Amino acid sequence: MCGIAGIIHKDGPGDVGDEMTRMLQSMKHRGPDSAGYALYGDPSELLVMRFKLANPNEARDFDFSERLERSRREVESRLVKLGATIDRVHGESEYAYRASFRYEGELKPLADYVENVPGCEVLSLGYSLEIIKDLGDAQTVSDQYKLGEFRGTHAIGHVRMATESDVDISGAHPYWAYPFSDVAVVHNGQLTNYHRWRRRLERTGHRFQSECDSEIIAVYLAERMADGLSLETAMKQSLDDLDGVFTYLVVTENSLGMAKDEMAAKPLVLYTGENMVALASEETAIRAVLPQEIDTYDPYEREVLVWTR
Amino acid sequence: MDTLNVPEGRTGRYDVRGLAEPDAEAPKIARVDGESAVFDAAELSPRLINLELRRLIYDEGVAEVTIENPGARHSIAVGILTRCRIRINGSLGYFGCGLADGPEIHITGRVGWSVAENMMAGVVVIDRNAGSLTGAAIRGGDLVVRGHVGARTGIDQKGGTIIVGGNAGSMTGFMMQRGRQIICGDVGGGMGDSMYDGAIYVGGKVTSLGVDCVESEMTPADEELIDRKFRIYGLDRPDSFRKFVCGRKLWNYDNLEPSERKLVL
Repeated sequence: MCGIAGIIHKDGPGDVGDEMTRMLQSMKHRGPDSAGYALYGDPSELLVMRFKLANPNEARDFDFSERLERSRREVESRLVKLGATIDRVHGESEYAYRASFRYEGELKPLADYVENVPGCEVLSLGYSLEIIKDLGDAQTVSDQYKLGEFRGTHAIGHVRMATESDVDISGAHPYWAYPFSDVAVVHNGQLTNYHRWRRRLERTGHRFQSECDSEIIAVYLAERMADGLSLETAMKQSLDDLDGVFTYLVVTENSLGMAKDEMAAKPLVLYTGENMVALASEETAIRAVLPQEIDTYDPYEREVLVWTR
Repeated sequence: MDTLNVPEGRTGRYDVRGLAEPDAEAPKIARVDGESAVFDAAELSPRLINLELRRLIYDEGVAEVTIENPGARHSIAVGILTRCRIRINGSLGYFGCGLADGPEIHITGRVGWSVAENMMAGVVVIDRNAGSLTGAAIRGGDLVVRGHVGARTGIDQKGGTIIVGGNAGSMTGFMMQRGRQIICGDVGGGMGDSMYDGAIYVGGKVTSLGVDCVESEMTPADEELIDRKFRIYGLDRPDSFRKFVCGRKLWNYDNLEPSERKLVL
């Protein structure tokens, strides 16, 4: 089933960490397996990389923590080897880390080189994007990673009921649009031409970290945008290129977009206010941040909308 | 009884059928004034709201109940099988007012998917927009949405009348078998796909017709029906309506399959 939510403030930063937690927590019944956030803070000159070095349900053997420590040092040394000046690498949980560094080169070789470290997966890479995802409900993940204090302009989130791949961090949304900085996607639905698109995108050099069909949406959009298309045009093209039922949300550095398949088979409720836009699988999620009576509507089939902060 | 997935801050439980909070009792917080009653749902779970509503209607014999602050919760006012009036001051989530037989329900806000699903008789009026699957499989009664509705309105409709003041999404009237839909605005693609019978009246544009849905002539009886319904609910009537019905090309009820024919002959 899955629940998705998005929020964008047009009048400067707000408490998006807390707001997204409340939105996702009110949709816990749509997916209790894992929760994920893509949050946009103030853009900085430093690149921020969120990565994990193990899975939460991985067996803890006797040298688990030493292995993680070795891997973390290896990630750091690889960053330095590629010419990055590290500002800080910080453990956010037992196995997830946040690194900030100065770096001028291409992102793809950097992500590839870092992910070659055993067990490593880059969750997000960007100047303002931070993806946080873990097992459990939204409140658990928010408490674990202290997201309540996160201030930013826009965010998307996802609560997952796993239907076609494992319950682990790799299968959790949002997906970063490797190797495109500051783009992330959450998706509710199933894609039926997943394998075809995956083979096609793998041939052009993209990597896939999971067996989850949603991952191709992020990579697909990133590739289209790298070809020079605008976000909105890329999303419109995706309606013809992707088969199946889907409602997905995509965020970039300064915008938030939604797209719905031609059957309008997956729900989405939309509220557009003067200073903010909020959208979610259920109205209860929007009401978690806007308690007053509001006017909302369901977008129609094949609708693509993009808002800029 | 198993305790599963208890929502945070709630002491709810689920029984083996999946019924939430099986031991819950009606909170008895309503202010009853003769034939009418009002209560605030802000702090109640959907189960408690429904228990309180049912207590007032069935046990107290209240004829008119007002629910304040429904907060877009799901499955409110479901399975009301008696004549009464219910006013909901605010919005509902999914599956609101389903399985109704008799009540007159007025919702001042918006509703989510599947409102008034399988209504047998009664009236449901919604002042703002509604989600998809509005009035799915209704068999009778009037369902009025003053705003816009999503996709698949009146899917599998078997009777009754659905009136929409605004636009409707794709696959409106999909597989409808009887009854009427009156849509003042525009309708999305695939309208009336695979409909067996019934009629869809459209005041605006139709993006495309579904399989075996054809346009037909408006008769004086059609005009009179629309006039009457619009007078009752105080809606602005568009100047003209077009009528769409089943083309009956897919009616193959009397045709035997080749294998069956062999058996009969």
